[in-house]
Formats: sequence, C-alpha cells, structure tokens
Amino acid sequence: MAQFNLPENSKVLKGKYFKDITGSINIKKINIYRWNPDQNENPKIDTFEVDLTTCGNKVLDILNKIKNEIDPSLTYRRSCAHGVCGSCAMNVDGINTLSCMKSHKEINGEINIYPLPHLKVIKDLVADLSTLYRQYESIEPWLKTKEKKNWSAEINQSKENRKKLDGLYECIMCACCSTSCPSYWWNEEKYLGPAVLLQAYRWIMDSRDEERKERLKTVADKLKLYGCHTIMNCTNSCPKGLNPAKAISSLKKMLATN
Amino acid sequence: MTAYKIIDHEYDVLVVGAGGAGLRAAVGLSESGLNTACISKVFPTRSHTSAAQGGISAALGNAGEDDWRWHMYDTVKGSDWLGDQDSIEYLCKEAPRAVIELEKYGVPFSRTEDGKIYQRAFGGMTKDYGNSPVQRTCAAADRTGHAILHTLYGQALKHKTKFFIEYFALDLIMKDGECKGVIAWNLNDGTIHRFRSHITIIATGGYGKIYYSATAAHTCTGDGNGMALRAGLPLQDMEFVQFHPTGLYGIGCLISEAVRGEGGYLLNSKGERFMEKYAPSAKDLASRDVVSRSIAIEINEGRGIGELKDHVHLHISHIDKKIIEARLPGISESVETFVGRDVSKEPIPVVPTVHYNMGGIPTNYKAEVLTSNGKDKTVPGLMAIGETACVSVHGANRLGSNSLIDLVVFGRSAAKRAIELVTPNTPHEKISASETEKCLDRFDRLRNGKGENKTSELRLSMQKTMQSKCAVFRTEKTLKEGVEEIKKPYEGMESISVKDKSLIFNTDLMETLEFDNLIRQAITTMESAFSRKESRGAHAREDFPKRDDINFMKHTLSWHNGKEVKIGYRPVTLSTMTNDVQSFPPKERVY
Repeated sequence: MAQFNLPENSKVLKGKYFKDITGSINIKKINIYRWNPDQNENPKIDTFEVDLTTCGNKVLDILNKIKNEIDPSLTYRRSCAHGVCGSCAMNVDGINTLSCMKSHKEINGEINIYPLPHLKVIKDLVADLSTLYRQYESIEPWLKTKEKKNWSAEINQSKENRKKLDGLYECIMCACCSTSCPSYWWNEEKYLGPAVLLQAYRWIMDSRDEERKERLKTVADKLKLYGCHTIMNCTNSCPKGLNPAKAISSLKKMLATN
Repeated sequence: MTAYKIIDHEYDVLVVGAGGAGLRAAVGLSESGLNTACISKVFPTRSHTSAAQGGISAALGNAGEDDWRWHMYDTVKGSDWLGDQDSIEYLCKEAPRAVIELEKYGVPFSRTEDGKIYQRAFGGMTKDYGNSPVQRTCAAADRTGHAILHTLYGQALKHKTKFFIEYFALDLIMKDGECKGVIAWNLNDGTIHRFRSHITIIATGGYGKIYYSATAAHTCTGDGNGMALRAGLPLQDMEFVQFHPTGLYGIGCLISEAVRGEGGYLLNSKGERFMEKYAPSAKDLASRDVVSRSIAIEINEGRGIGELKDHVHLHISHIDKKIIEARLPGISESVETFVGRDVSKEPIPVVPTVHYNMGGIPTNYKAEVLTSNGKDKTVPGLMAIGETACVSVHGANRLGSNSLIDLVVFGRSAAKRAIELVTPNTPHEKISASETEKCLDRFDRLRNGKGENKTSELRLSMQKTMQSKCAVFRTEKTLKEGVEEIKKPYEGMESISVKDKSLIFNTDLMETLEFDNLIRQAITTMESAFSRKESRGAHAREDFPKRDDINFMKHTLSWHNGKEVKIGYRPVTLSTMTNDVQSFPPKERVY
C-alpha cells in the first residue's frame, strides 16, 4: 500500500489554554485553529473558556468577546454582523457557515472553529479566497446587451422573468458552498465550484442578457461545469438557504437539450 | 525613522473605498481611459452598501405621476433646510438617469405588472410638494443595496479597474495644501504602499461605530474622515447623526423603512398607533428623525414594551403573506435568525438605532473637497463621495432611499469632474520622504504600543459616552459632560496596548488604527453638537426645542489638530443651480 507523508508543519498541534478568570458557572469551551505566518511553526488549536452570561447568541459574539477581552491577536474577518456581507464565513462545529448567523446555543459541548476548508490560510481563521474571486471575474458578471445606450427608459422585464433570478442574485459570495465541495477541493484551479456556477447561471437566466449562448458555451468546458458530482454539500451549507446544486443541474440540462 | 520598505504606485486617479460610491466613480473613470486604482480594506462586495435594504429614490413615475422637483422639495424639507439646494437640485434631477443606468448595468430590480422598475412608498416622499405620499423608491425586494453593490463590482471588473483588496489606507499624502495620494498597508502580506495620484477620491463610508448600538458594520469606522482631520481639513455637520426608527431591539440589525412603506405600523404598550399623534398626515411614514423622536418620547413616558419598557412594536402580520414573501424576504429572514420570530404572526421589537452620518467631508456637487478660511476654497487633488462626504444633500436629516441615490449620482459626478481635470498619464511630482515618514511614525507608534489600555476598552468607553451623552435627545448638560468625557478615551491612546506585533493581517493593529479614526470623529461630533444651540433635523435639543434660522442656518465646520477642536461655520446654499426650479424658502416642518 502506498505511503503518504503529510507536508512539514501541517500537523495541527495542541495550543494554549486560556482559563476563565470571571468565575462564571456558564462557561463554554471554544477550540480555535491558530496559525501565524510570522512564526515558522505548526498550526495549533487554542482553547478558550468563555463566559456565556455576558455574550450575545451568535458564534461571532464569542469571537468578538475573545478578541476584546482575552486575546486581541485572534484573527478573523467580520463586518456587517447580520448575514449580508459574507465576511465571517468559517467552519463552525464541522459545517461551513457565517459566524454572525450561527447561534452557539444550537451546539452541544465544546465548539470547534476552523477556517474555511481547503484554502491557503493567511492567518488563524482568515483564508485566501483569491482563486474564487478570479473565477468569479472569469464568468463576466455583468449584463451584456447590444442595444445602444439609451438613458430614458429601463429594459422591460416581466414579473415572471424577474422571478427567475430569485434564489440566484441573493448570493453573498461567502464561499461556504465552494469550500465544502470535495470536487472543488480536488480541482480548485479548473472546476468553477458552486458559488461561481450559481452566478454564471444567474446571468444566463437574466431575460435582459443577450449572450446566453456564449455564456453557456463558456461554462460547458469539461471541468468548469462537469466537475460537479452532485454531492450536494453546497446546498446543505449555504447560510442564505440558496440551492447552487439545483442551478448546476439546470445548467447541465440546458446544455444537454440545447 | 522606522525601516519600512515602501512599494510605489502611480495612477491618474485613486479611489479609496469600494462601496456603491467608490465603485460607481471607478466605473466612470476606468471607462474613460484614465488609469484608475481602487483600494479597499474589504473585498468590494463586503462593503456596507450591501446592507441597504429598502431602495433607491428617483422620480421615475412608474407608479403614478412624479416630478424631480417634488423629490427636491421633499429632500429640502427632510434636511430641515440645512441641505444645499444647488446640490439637491443636481441629485434629484440626475436621479432618474442614474437609476436607469443601474438597471442597464444589470441590477435585478423588482418589477411592476408592465415590466418596469418597481417603486414603493418611503418616509417623507410626497407628490405635489408635500400633498400626499408617492411611490418613488426603486427596489430590488428588500436587498436593493446588495443588488446594486454586486452589479457595480461587475461593471468595475468589465472596465478593468485595478483593485487593491484588503489594503488599509493610513493617511493622505499632502503637499502645500494639495493631495498627492495615499499611504496604505496591505493586510495580506504586510507591505506598505505609496499610491501617487493626480486625484484621490475618498469613498470610505460612515462612522456609525462611534456609538455602542448601530446598524453600521464593524468596518464603518469613517477612515476617510479620520485621514481628512489628520490632514488639517475640516469635517462638516458632524452633529447630525441619524437614528433609524426601527433597529432590531437588542441586536441593532436594520429593519427597513420598506416595512412601513409596504403598510407596516408602530404600536406602543397600550396598543396605540402613536404616530398618528405626532405626524397626523404622514403617520408612520414621516421622516426618520420625526419617527425616532416619537418612539423615544413614547418610551420616556412609560409606554414602551417589554420588561424594561424600552422598545416598541412594528406590526406587519396584517399584510398578505405573499407580499411579505415577495417584497420583504430579507427582513423575514433577519427577524427569524436574530430574535426567532415569524413576522407573519408576531410583531417585530424595534428601537431607534444609529444608522447614518449626514456629516462628513464638505464638498461641492462636483465632489471637490472644500475647506474654509472664512471663504470656501477647494482642496486640489481631493474629492469625497458617499456617506463620507457632506455635499450637503441630506442637511440635518436624510430621507430613506436618498443615500443609495447619493452614492451613484455623486460617484458619477466625481468621475466626470476628474475626467475634466486630469489628462491621462500626466507625470507625477516627486514627494518628499517627510510626508511618508510622518504617517509611518504614527503607524509604528501604535503598532509598538506597550501601554496598559486595550483598544477594545477605549473603544467601548467612547461608544458608551456617545450613546449616553449624544443620543436622540440632547441637552446642554449631557453635551457638556460628553465633551469632557469623550476626551478620556482619546487621551488613553497615549498608553495603548497592541498585542499583535506582526504585519500580516494584524487585525489588532487595524482595529487600533480604526479607533484612532473613530475617536477623532466622536470628539468633533460631540463638540459640534454642543455648539449648535437649536433643534434641527436629527439634532434635537430639549433646551432649545425650536429651529433657529437666524443664528443657525449654517453648516458647522470642525477641525481637530490632534489636541483640540476648532469650530467654524459656512453658509447654507439656498439658491438653486438653474432656473428649472425655484428655491424653497424655509418654513415650519410638519408631516
């Protein structure tokens, strides 16, 4: 049987333990992945004892509490704190989600927090999303029309046609879906992944767009679209309740029947 | 001097910030062939424009007759006559074109039966100069800001704007009163960058985070305002902070005015529709300052809801479930996620929450930054747009849905003006090292802070002071105490502690730099509020309950030299830009 060696420094070690100093009886243990690029060391799991009596309900509230009161060097992205900006996507309790929307009350026992899986880690919970952003750019996410610019009236779109964009345009590009997809883990460079395919589909479905055929042709390249093996992790993990798997199967169907 | 290696860049125009205003400017600039860079501390679609819900105003007339002059009247009245009427004329006249342009860019607006852009009612928006409500607010369900932001980012990609993402702007490079560019810190690899540009456009958004409870994102720290103050420039009308009537109680998350636009109403603990008392004609759709004050009075007089009687209820359960699903899906989701309630069955607990800054960097309608030495003077090389700017189209109170239109109209205006001013690829002047060093000294000093004050503690102390001393209602006593109290967290920076000393993605340091920006704005806000002895729009003084046009129909200017605040004033422009419309003279503001 083949032997595989893990790359050097990839093994996750036990890190520091931050004991509660408040004396509260309502303590939760939070295990967080830590890695600092400045230190030539293995990643570690630090454990924080957090007093929940003085903490908001969401996982982001716990992270903010740790950063404000226990360890200011804890690093993660966050912005809007109500599920619209997509900054605080991470892996909480084994599932990719937005920490600002995920209630810690739903989690029994200790809470494990990791960066989004299978991305290069920049520091602690901050992962490198530049590949996904490049792929997003590659699907040309803008309306294509041949009409000469006329600023006096909008392009007409019926209510029914507009409805076809519901469930697509709401995507906040948090990357929870793509980074939960094993196909994307294996073929990140070639396969577009669910987040970007959902957006490709959004422009293909827009009745105002005049380049549907060209767009379809572009995603039809073998791996760009067909990297999907209907594992469905994407749909399960979407914190906004969207269904990228369905969009991908619709794309496949459109190509098969066109 | 500290040894930071500096990476140099040269661009015709530099945009700082990638929200709705920054992106719209970047699109116009890149399209024109100017070599344009856009730097942003967050990935563009993470900008706070994404949180705008209800819509974008423009007199399209898709739901009944409308006229941009009526929109102008409403905006002037909404501003409590502190808005500049030339700029407001420009905003309202350009608005329909700006919205059509967004639609052609691809914004997925909701639609009317005949396939046009859907428009809904919003607070303070009327027809025939205040006669009856009008549907003027164009909407993409209740995710209008999100839809616009993502579409504008797509357009910027189309026109090949050069983005520098997760770059944090540290300071403006100034030379003899002119702006020559910006120094920025790349979070991803820790490097320092010097951007030289003929024009720098500040589009860094508001500074809601000076308060404890705000609908604003953690990143709304007014970094551009902070940079302007450090460059010796004044900020304008900082005392005008908008409290949104309906922030989700205990959470702070925004509950759009669209809820009331679609027929929702407020109730107190006695089950009374109390807005009928305060605004007999517009009721729940009076302008935001009026509704926020009314809620505050209800709560202060003991008619609040809950154990602490500290909030009121917003009802929409009487609205057809299908309409809620189609037009307010985001609100339903937020209420479910954050307070576990089903809006089709239960009321939404709400309380006035800090939401928007009318004040900011003073500009003219071409987005050129103004300073004053008794007389207005433009600052060469510097522009400001969006919430960071004070054009001033919102005056003392902004109408709902007038902010998204402000972003795109003045984003476009800035691009147009820059195209007039800059010839592509003009060579750049040399900049002396001393300007860069001054900025990096501050950076290095904070980075190596080994004192005993945590940034988070100083920030909390600032936020609590603003929340208690500069709230919906203000008095001489609270503001005087506030002016003294707010100095403490600023002085606390002398002995600040930054644990993380690294340069790569050091959010400890970034939060400290953001705090340095926030606290200067908190101080100028408090001092400006203390100096304005009248009530106007969002600035409600219990001890001066009336508007005082004789003494205070003027913009407040505030400078901060690192030690103290200097207050000055400049006149409000009452004249219009053209003869297409007549000036609206001040009168009593009743809804």
